[in-house]
Amino acid sequence: MTSSVTTSGAVEVTGLRVHRGKRLVLRDVSCSIPHGSVTGLLGPSGCGKTTLMRSVVGVQIVSGGSVSVLGAPAGNPSLRNRIGYATQSPSVYADLTVAENLRYFCAVLRAPRSDVQRVIAEVGLGGHESQLVSSLSGGELSRTSLAVALLGKPELLVLDEPTVGLDPLLRDELWTLFRSLAARGVTLLVSSHVMDEAARCERLLLMRDGALLADDTPTSLLSLTGTGDLEQAFLSLVRAKEAA
Amino acid sequence: MNTSILLATTARILNQFRHDRRTVALMILMPSLLLILLRFVFNSEAAFSRAAPALLAVFPFAIMFIVTSITTLRERTTATLERLMTMPIGKLDLLFGYALAFGVVALVQVLVAVGISLTWLGLEIGGSVWLLVVIAGLDALLGTALGLFASAFARTEFQAVQFMPLFVMPQVLLCGLFSPREAMTPVLEWLSNIMPLSYAVDALTAVTTSSDITGELVRNLAIVAACGLLALVLGAVTLRRRTP
Repeated sequence: MTSSVTTSGAVEVTGLRVHRGKRLVLRDVSCSIPHGSVTGLLGPSGCGKTTLMRSVVGVQIVSGGSVSVLGAPAGNPSLRNRIGYATQSPSVYADLTVAENLRYFCAVLRAPRSDVQRVIAEVGLGGHESQLVSSLSGGELSRTSLAVALLGKPELLVLDEPTVGLDPLLRDELWTLFRSLAARGVTLLVSSHVMDEAARCERLLLMRDGALLADDTPTSLLSLTGTGDLEQAFLSLVRAKEAA
Repeated sequence: MNTSILLATTARILNQFRHDRRTVALMILMPSLLLILLRFVFNSEAAFSRAAPALLAVFPFAIMFIVTSITTLRERTTATLERLMTMPIGKLDLLFGYALAFGVVALVQVLVAVGISLTWLGLEIGGSVWLLVVIAGLDALLGTALGLFASAFARTEFQAVQFMPLFVMPQVLLCGLFSPREAMTPVLEWLSNIMPLSYAVDALTAVTTSSDITGELVRNLAIVAACGLLALVLGAVTLRRRTP
């Protein structure tokens, strides 16, 4: 199964169009996400990041175009235990403990029970296992939600703003975890609206107003725009597009 | 359908209840408290014995309807459902998991209500106590199934609460509790005939008045069970993996 997809990216998006209500929120987005990489999806709030991620995990009704994930159409039943997904608002049960949440999702994914301890350690929640999710801080809550996405052996991780509200040290630890997962061959698509996270990615997808401004590496974006940091690079791309 | 995922879902919901003892106490005691109140409103064992069988159907039915529709709506509006829909869980696994968990609660509720009615409140029944429990339990399950189905049409918890008068009250008014179904005008009698609660009340009345298990009793039970099953299947149909 894996041999057939090595020629193309882990995720191939072609001409994707999505309407939410009457509004066109994704306008002909095309991109390719290489296997075993950390790809950052960046752009201001409301630019369509979450809609693109929902399309990749196959829960978004799309109006046109195609999304192929790990060699199968997005949403295909064969993908359901190969993708880890963490939604932007934490998707865990507030009236269960951290461990009870993880044990439930572990059972749904039919992953080994030992995964619960592994993911708790990976997101640095040791000591909080028997705490009710409703009593966690915002950062702990979003890490619990992230931990669920790490259960099993996902080949693709789609993480919607996983580092929001975390202290810099924890954020750094998570990015180290993301890179080590990518080194093991896992493909990661990580969204953020903070530009300083962009430099940590191998590839960047810059979005604005439902369209893709760039699909490139951070270094080549800087040299292409002749700017010193990625915030400036983003601005220069926006201005170039508006002038055109 | 996958039994282990279904049972994991049931265990998860029962765990959620375990952390919310006040809700459990309210669910289990509410029908009994209402029956006790009614017993003293009538101030006569004979009058109570006439109304009680129908109310043993109505109270658990209404309470399970509300509790179920709110709980499942919460799952639909928080991101946990979206996350589950990217995972290898079948829609029926989820819905039957819910029905089983609420069924356990409903059974306890009905056992307490029947126990109190038969001992303290002086309810006299001609038929089998266990058949009475089975019918009342089946009826509470019908409330659960309808609640699961109704939650699909509610966008907010305010709407879900409003569905109680819409789905439950007409059935209560037309089930034969206030006036015999045969004595209603043809239109109302026809409406009463298409409402499942009417059959539950007929069955309960039959059990309390005689020990015979008639063909009509079996037919009524089959109708209640079939309506519950139908509501669950319709609930699964209204559950969508892809949303706008």
